[in-house]
Amino acid sequence: MSFWLAIIVGVLYSAGIYMMMRRSVVKLIIGLALLSHAANLLIFTGAGIVREKAPIISKFQETVSNNADPLPQALVLTAIVISFGVLAFALVLTHRAVESVGTDDLDQMKETDT
Amino acid sequence: MHSIILRTATVFLKYLLLVFSVYLLLGGHNEPGGGFVGGLVAASAFILFAIAYNVEEARKRLRIEPAVLIGIGLLTALFSGLIPVILNKSFLTGVWFHGHSEIFGDIHIGSPLFFDVGVYLVVLGVTVKIIFSLLEEV
Amino acid sequence: MSHIIILPILIPLITAAVSLLGWKKRIYQKNMGVVGAFLLLVVAVYLLMHVYRNGIIAVQMGSWIAPFGITLVCDLFSAIMVLLAAIIAFATILYSCFTVDKDRESFGYYPLMHLMMMGICGAFLTGDIFNLYVWFEVLLISSFVLLVLGGEKQQMEGAIKYVTLNLLSSTFFLVAVGILYGLLGTLNMADLAIKIKTISEPGLITLVSVLFLMAFGIKAAIFPMFFWLPASYHTPPVAVSAVFAGLLTKVGVYALIRVFTLIFIQDTEVTHSLILGIAAFTMVTGVLGAAAQNEFRRILSFHIISQIGYMIMGLGLFTKAALAGSVFYIIHHIIVKSNLFLVSGFAHKVKGSFHLSKLGDMYRDHPYVSIVFLVSALSLAGLPPLSGFFAKFILIKSALEVGQYGIVVVALIVGLLTLFSMTKIWQEVFWKKMEGSKPVLSSVSGFALSGMFIPMVWLALMTVCIGFGAQFVFGLSLQTAEQLMDPTSYVAAVLQSQQ
Repeated sequence: MSFWLAIIVGVLYSAGIYMMMRRSVVKLIIGLALLSHAANLLIFTGAGIVREKAPIISKFQETVSNNADPLPQALVLTAIVISFGVLAFALVLTHRAVESVGTDDLDQMKETDT
Repeated sequence: MHSIILRTATVFLKYLLLVFSVYLLLGGHNEPGGGFVGGLVAASAFILFAIAYNVEEARKRLRIEPAVLIGIGLLTALFSGLIPVILNKSFLTGVWFHGHSEIFGDIHIGSPLFFDVGVYLVVLGVTVKIIFSLLEEV
Repeated sequence: MSHIIILPILIPLITAAVSLLGWKKRIYQKNMGVVGAFLLLVVAVYLLMHVYRNGIIAVQMGSWIAPFGITLVCDLFSAIMVLLAAIIAFATILYSCFTVDKDRESFGYYPLMHLMMMGICGAFLTGDIFNLYVWFEVLLISSFVLLVLGGEKQQMEGAIKYVTLNLLSSTFFLVAVGILYGLLGTLNMADLAIKIKTISEPGLITLVSVLFLMAFGIKAAIFPMFFWLPASYHTPPVAVSAVFAGLLTKVGVYALIRVFTLIFIQDTEVTHSLILGIAAFTMVTGVLGAAAQNEFRRILSFHIISQIGYMIMGLGLFTKAALAGSVFYIIHHIIVKSNLFLVSGFAHKVKGSFHLSKLGDMYRDHPYVSIVFLVSALSLAGLPPLSGFFAKFILIKSALEVGQYGIVVVALIVGLLTLFSMTKIWQEVFWKKMEGSKPVLSSVSGFALSGMFIPMVWLALMTVCIGFGAQFVFGLSLQTAEQLMDPTSYVAAVLQSQQ
């Protein structure tokens, strides 16, 4: 399972970076979204995957060795909420930027560079 | 959007969603749910209203400016963190009150509840503020 | 009394929340903003004194025992950074009261400023690496909104670059934290420092440390990841630029110094030499970029980059004296750089432009402001007896001690080029006779100008004081560096502070 998840993380990264290399601002945002998904999945995979053992310990359970680790789940949840907020902001920013600059071509947005 | 079906349905759905959001908020301690989910559901009630009618109308139904809701929510969550400090424990430590009454049976109220209520209000305020500004923009 | 450690986070949060209750009430929010910033300053001074006398304090949030819960730790380095943040916050919020327009004020300028301060103070105080990520996001999101507040075209363009690269760095950070957790199974920084010594594959740790270097490096604007900074820092109102310039990149530097003195010290041959090389390139590219610019704030933005080079030079050398130099440099730089931005705002207010070619005659019209600029600029370039001289002197001396002559040559030449840039600004803005007609000054009242002048004088006086009180500040920096170089007291404070 970890093997396939690792492949998916790789695919998500390459897709995200490909999208970020495009010239359109909207595709840049999609690329960022894919990258943050890839990062979340990587944390989830990297911390070890446990099948069918929720991180809830019942009264009768003696050891906790087989349970899933709740911490990466909490980390991923936090990261998802944060990236949700940031992406919502980035979308509005794109909308406004496209409105005020008049194009979504990143190559045209060079006024502040020089 | 002008759709009679949606408008009529919204009138009922709004209350249903709001009640459900409070259920999620209170049930969150032992079951799936909590302040975040509850806040999102409550926000969806007002957003549905804004889509079916208009933002102006939805703002009137909300009665309170979303930014003020965020402020109240932050202060509520903060209050729950400060209760243990008054009792000379570490910031954000859970403090529980156990009691018994004739009508409600056993009562357990803890400072995490206030924290969740704070989260509920902040999420409601933030989501509604974002969506209303977006709807007004278009 | 260890509860005092949460106050630098709580005060900005309470200020922001209470200000939000009065949405659209400009005057109310303004007053709350000033009061909150003042309280933060008082608490920060007290916190530094407390830590200076009683040593490191650590508090477990929610009473969860050390490696499992989130710990707030305050050693001397954290306390100094919090105090600097509070000083800059107070100065810029005072300055904002006289410069920020009504539109921005009524859209929550002051609450946002305080939320950002909460993120900055939180990042300085946390002892948990994932919590550090969360505080980074708090300060980033507020800084995004502050950057675009007002919605001018330039701001939008600058913000797209700023937002994209900072999000990218957050992703790097998240991935690095994830891999580190997968390897070691803990997120508490003190616990990481212990467990990292037991790992059997040091190569993997070096790899993760480079990921951290990338993540914090983008935020600190080191070579070659600084391009977002000069593309965005000159677009928002000056008060916002000043806070960004003074504090945001320094949060990145703080994080670099923290993880590369506490956690990743097992392979200094690779990591710290890499940092030293990057420091040299950062200094040179920054100062050369500045030489090519003709816009007041863009020159200053490029200088931030070259100064970041000095700060991480101390980290790269990795001796006690060099780290003390870095700490001294950070203290000096935050105050001076913010003040220079404030001066640029003053020039813009009275002369109507940021372009050097359209400015002039400042010395004739406003001699006192010119003196403030001169003090800050010469300090930045490193002329004795001002603070910048001592900062550079300590760094260069410690580099000579370990025989790194290359970096010494670079640092000296960059200092010279900094002086060149500063004289260019002096020549063009303050000395030159202005050509063409005078711009209309009707909109600027004398009251507003003197209001803007107060924080500038205050910061300039602090620069002078650091210069004349260099012995005390150096002693403090040396003590800070001692704590950083020998993390045992930090680790002990975190793991033993059960409450």
